[in-house]
Amino acid sequence: MLAYAAKRICLALLVALTVSIISFGLLRLSGDLAQALAGQSSTAADVEALRKAYGLDQPLTVQYLEWAGKVLAGDFGDSFFFKEPVAAMLAQRLPVTMLLGASALTFALVLAVPLGVVAAMRPNSWIDRLALTLAVLGQALPSFWFALMLMIVFGLTLRWLPISGTGTWQHFVMPSIALGYYATPAIMRLTRAGMMEVMASDYIRTARAKGLRMPTVLFKHALRNAVIPVVALAAVQFGFMLGGSIVIETIFALHGVGYLAWESITRADFPVVQAIVLVLASIYVVLTLLADLLNAFLDPRIRIA
Amino acid sequence: MSVILDVQALDVRIPLAQGMLHPVRDVSFAVERGETLCIVGESGCGKSLTSLALMDLLPRRAERRAARLIFAGEDLTRASEARMTDLRGNKMAMIFQEPMTSLNPSYSIGNQLEEALLRHRRIGRREATDRAIYLLEKVGITAAASRLTQYPHQLSGGLRQRVMIAMALMCGPDLIIADEPTTALDVTIQAQILHLLAQLQREFKMGLILITHDLGIVARVATRVAVMYAGQIVETGTVAELFARPLHPYTQGLLRCIPVPGRTKRGTHLGSIPGIVPNLIGDLVGCSFHNRCEHAYESCAATDVSQREIAPGRAYRCLLTAEQCAANAAKAAA
Repeated sequence: MLAYAAKRICLALLVALTVSIISFGLLRLSGDLAQALAGQSSTAADVEALRKAYGLDQPLTVQYLEWAGKVLAGDFGDSFFFKEPVAAMLAQRLPVTMLLGASALTFALVLAVPLGVVAAMRPNSWIDRLALTLAVLGQALPSFWFALMLMIVFGLTLRWLPISGTGTWQHFVMPSIALGYYATPAIMRLTRAGMMEVMASDYIRTARAKGLRMPTVLFKHALRNAVIPVVALAAVQFGFMLGGSIVIETIFALHGVGYLAWESITRADFPVVQAIVLVLASIYVVLTLLADLLNAFLDPRIRIA
Repeated sequence: MSVILDVQALDVRIPLAQGMLHPVRDVSFAVERGETLCIVGESGCGKSLTSLALMDLLPRRAERRAARLIFAGEDLTRASEARMTDLRGNKMAMIFQEPMTSLNPSYSIGNQLEEALLRHRRIGRREATDRAIYLLEKVGITAAASRLTQYPHQLSGGLRQRVMIAMALMCGPDLIIADEPTTALDVTIQAQILHLLAQLQREFKMGLILITHDLGIVARVATRVAVMYAGQIVETGTVAELFARPLHPYTQGLLRCIPVPGRTKRGTHLGSIPGIVPNLIGDLVGCSFHNRCEHAYESCAATDVSQREIAPGRAYRCLLTAEQCAANAAKAAA
């Protein structure tokens, strides 16, 4: 298990390194930085002075190492637009996105896994069909439309929940449902398929032949094997939720990373975009690593691989 | 000797789109404590479904019916699912054909062994562990204590089947049903496993139902034999009677298919039974073997054949008399 974990962590570090090189390149490839910093009306001498001041005359490898060193120390540079440290902006926005992503994923798992299990137990029953309908709806409904419907029903008509802002936990309920619902169909169908396959396997017959009661057979012997692919999917979905929550964050006026990314792209605020790409990609790498380790915990056969 | 399992007229029916499938029909037999009953027959003859029917582990769509199904004095046709769950793994245990896939890959051997005992007895984990170690040693696994923390993928097929046998023994059952326990194993391992099963069966005075398609296995371990064909038992008897004086044309055909060292002459053709097994869907009339039987006459296709008992525990399912059957066998041998 330890050897496996060490191997996975090394791989994750390699991926993170690659990601950092790409996001570093992102900024360098977007044109002459010194020219961009100096502005349109600057003289050639100003541009040269800036180039020297920011170290842009150095070879790329030196520039990368300097930049990477700063990033590791938590210094992402300053925003072109706000002239304030990108790190501070991220520190303010990231918790909102993380909270939204985590609660959306929790909602998706709590809804999808039990539904998938029940659907697998009674294939082609009314509950299976209901689950299938929910899944098709989840995949077919645009999330902005679903979010607006939630706002109209629960925010405006019933007045149960606030419709914008980040003040209390209640502010996160509707955005989490809107974001999480989108991930529900895939998780549910994978759980259903996994459970059906596992329930037909020989070791479930063995478990029943031992006289184990149905809950033990289901939850101890079947579900643990059936959720192994679901763990990997959930990690990927969580990554999507963090990076792809722009629409939901905009609709509910949640000032998260997604919203910031969208704003920064429209303003050509490269340092911010670069930092967001780097941070989200790193989170994604960490999530994948965690999913791998969790899978190894669930399935002993993976540990020796 | 007391009868541990008494089965009368067991039927299994499975509704299919093409009609009703009758994979097990009118199966009757009894198993005594301390004896080994071998059920032999070719693939698809209903052996495995018969064993699953006894354990009430049939697929959900399948229907089970029986005139009598008495296990250790208890009528299983009336037993609730909860009662069956209490009996399974406890009083009646099963060993399956596929040791490679019959253990849960996610749990250690120890966990899977102990859980059967923890489920049926009020004991602590320590005692369950002791019992698991004791039985792993009994089934010939070395370094038993260290095996408990291993996972199925770390064991070979032969070892896994030994673990399955130890698992079946955990609660000290009265009856073990072994469904082709050696089919998936190497020939050398097969012999070891069979020898082990026979020895444990004697030591623990259990009833053993051994399902197989291998007549060599039957000759070595069986007390009594039931030959199955197309969902029915066509002949039963002690192993000595059945091998020496097979009555049913199918049994006779089967025995001609195996070479006997010393008796089968070099260069002679081994027997084979021409034709294919009948379709078991829909209403079935007549003897199920008539289309492959060399002694069949018109009534065979039209008359339902019931089991004829010629002595206690000796029966066959054919319209011919026992004398005619014996004469046919003698003619074929000549």
